Amino acid sequence: MTTKEYESYYVPSHSHWPIVGAVALFLIAVGAGNYVSTLNSAEGGFGGYILLAGVCLVVYMLFGWFSNVINESMSGKYSHQMDNSFRQGMSWFIFSEVMFFAAFFGALLYARTLSVPWLGGADNNAMTGAVLWPEFVSVWPLLTTPDGTETTKMGWYGLPLINTILLLTSSITAHLAHSALEKDNRKMLKIWLGLTILLGIVFLFLQVVEYMHGYSDEMKLYLTSGIYGTTFYMLTGFHGMHVTLGTIMLIVVFLRVLKGHFTPTNAFAFEAASWYWHFVDVVWVILFVFVYIV
Amino acid sequence: MTTDVIEQDSHDEHHGDHKLKGIKRWLYTTNHKDIGTLYLWFAFIMLLIGGALAMVIRAELFQPGLQIVDPDFFNQLTTVHGLIMVFGAIMPAFTGFANWMIPMMVGAPDMALPRMNNWSFWILPFAFAILLSTFFMESGAPNFGWTFYAPLSTTYSNGSTAFFVFAVHIMGISSIMGAINIVVTIMNMRAPGMTYMKMPLFVWTFFITAYLLIAVMPILAGVVTMLLTDTYFGTSFFDAAGGGDPVLFQHIFWFFGHPEVYIMILPAFGIVSTIIPAFARKQLFGYSSMVYATASIAILSFIVWAHHMFTTGMPLFGELFFMYCTMLIAVPTGVKVFNWVATMWRGSMSFETPMLFSIAFVILFTIGGFSGLMLALTPVDFQYHDTYFVVAHFHYVLVTGSLFSIYAGAYFWLPKWTGHMYNETLAKWHFWCSLISVNLLFFPMHFLGLAGMPRRIPDYALQFADFNKWVSIGGFAFGLTQLIFLAVVIKCIRGGEKAPAKPWDGAEGLEWTVPSPAPYHTFSTPPKIED
Repeated sequence: MTTKEYESYYVPSHSHWPIVGAVALFLIAVGAGNYVSTLNSAEGGFGGYILLAGVCLVVYMLFGWFSNVINESMSGKYSHQMDNSFRQGMSWFIFSEVMFFAAFFGALLYARTLSVPWLGGADNNAMTGAVLWPEFVSVWPLLTTPDGTETTKMGWYGLPLINTILLLTSSITAHLAHSALEKDNRKMLKIWLGLTILLGIVFLFLQVVEYMHGYSDEMKLYLTSGIYGTTFYMLTGFHGMHVTLGTIMLIVVFLRVLKGHFTPTNAFAFEAASWYWHFVDVVWVILFVFVYIV
Repeated sequence: MTTDVIEQDSHDEHHGDHKLKGIKRWLYTTNHKDIGTLYLWFAFIMLLIGGALAMVIRAELFQPGLQIVDPDFFNQLTTVHGLIMVFGAIMPAFTGFANWMIPMMVGAPDMALPRMNNWSFWILPFAFAILLSTFFMESGAPNFGWTFYAPLSTTYSNGSTAFFVFAVHIMGISSIMGAINIVVTIMNMRAPGMTYMKMPLFVWTFFITAYLLIAVMPILAGVVTMLLTDTYFGTSFFDAAGGGDPVLFQHIFWFFGHPEVYIMILPAFGIVSTIIPAFARKQLFGYSSMVYATASIAILSFIVWAHHMFTTGMPLFGELFFMYCTMLIAVPTGVKVFNWVATMWRGSMSFETPMLFSIAFVILFTIGGFSGLMLALTPVDFQYHDTYFVVAHFHYVLVTGSLFSIYAGAYFWLPKWTGHMYNETLAKWHFWCSLISVNLLFFPMHFLGLAGMPRRIPDYALQFADFNKWVSIGGFAFGLTQLIFLAVVIKCIRGGEKAPAKPWDGAEGLEWTVPSPAPYHTFSTPPKIED
């Protein structure tokens, strides 16, 4: 057998959390399916309650599962190799998230460069323009749709610009928190991490304010306002959901920092949360350019 | 590559992870072998359900006219048949192989993230329970084809669309987690000395497939989400009246869908590349060219998606671009077929069932590949599009390709999994009946398609009657034949001749250095790999 020293890889014996999580996802899917299907019907459904039960169960599952993992980590069961597995797993998860956003950005660029001009008769689509909607004028943002729905453009200055600055700043504070952790400066770690969370929450708050502007009678920018409203709300909405998730991750990490977890060499959860935070930040920059400015 | 023979790990009891008893063992398990077994059984059950749906389809098409089912239910059958076979049978079967074999082949103690591994599996039965439950809903199951093109799936869909969407979401989550586990296991858990270019080709193909999965399953999640919001929340992604475009759906779907078809064939290449050298008793011809060919196919798969859309009125440049890129895929695929044949060339061949299925794979998959090449030609595709020629093409690739490789792999590793040799006579019956019936089933479909019979219709013109009759007979025969496989597997689990550690004398790889059946934990200590 091998004479070289090796670290043994911790394989948990068994766990009931995954099956709890599977039931939770099942409840979420059934609940959401029922809720959405009965959305426009008069009698309404019970789906919302199942959905809520599923979400609660997922939270319970995550809490229990991560407690297990944290306890194992704190009791020194994990090797360097295990740490690597977690890191690579998180990196590929973030990559899959990038691809999810790619689908929506792809839809936005397709609409802007192909389908809207084609509806206006560009390329070999003169007959499409002439026969379907002769009055239609192709512009971006598409403020008057072919079927005549009107809306207004969300400007990039004001709230969106402030939000951009907030998120970029939060990426810097997240990095400073990481540097503080590496120097084992717990006080600065808490300050920078707390500030990052605060910036995230303010961002989310301002995003809600912006949505309320959009949904006002003045702007009439709805999810149903044609492809501009669709891409605007779906992209910023999914981004906002990811910021929410990132903020929750950071809060959990913050609570663990308060409990004295993490050392300069053992801080996977901290780094994972901060990678995720940088990722939502980068998505926002792309989004700010293609949804708001250009 | 030579390997030390590994003593059976005597440290099992020190793990403190004795097997749980009964159902809890399977629900709570973190063991890659248990999870692999679950995946394989699940896939087989799904194959039988999907197959049963196909038999109803073939019964309806046995003769012209409407006999058994009404057209709407017929559409539900074709839709759910496709979804189940793709996401429920082929993909989970390959994930099952990955779970069972990859840790043993790279000398790892288990998959890298064992708890997540359990979660990836157990959400699948729930997802398919939701999908199948739509049959019992008032509106019926999804009826828009497994490709769920808008506006069939938006404006004209029935009441079960939301359940379909969320079921697909769960399948996607399962695939992504499974794929992340495979990638991390291969990158991080290889035994010392197992460099990338020493990995078995089987591992390489799953490695590349897992990357494809991580890259495109989120795209699928995105497109079903758009479909959901278009249907229920009034967005305009696929609605021209709001500035969107139904063709956008096809672009996004096939950007997922084309890599998806390679997700279903690359692991098959890996299995066949393991089996042919074993029974030809020769090294795999051109190992590194096989690795590069697999990678090339994976990369090309991202720039060929619109060959599914030649008839949508794309700009001419687009049609030419996608036609030539698609034809380019024939080059690395040709390299593979050449290498398999060259591996057999002057080998000391023997023809046990795994080898029979593998040879059938090489020949029949090549037929499917050639019909694919015909479909890649834009002007020709204008005629073939949405005819039975397409149905023939992808069933040759997926049934005589992917499914045959799964059978080959199952027979090859059954001794390792169960500790018993399977019944060779019965297995040969399974092979020959499958081979004859599957060709009776799918070959005439080429002629039907060339003659102009459209796919996804419950009734057809009289001139197609004869071929359809034979196709249906082939279909019933093929379906029933699969029960022989079930019998072989059950017999093999319950007993039979004891299998030695290495039952195939030409087989290579770490999995043959451990006893049969493979102990519950293998390689708690990494094996040593020498040149």
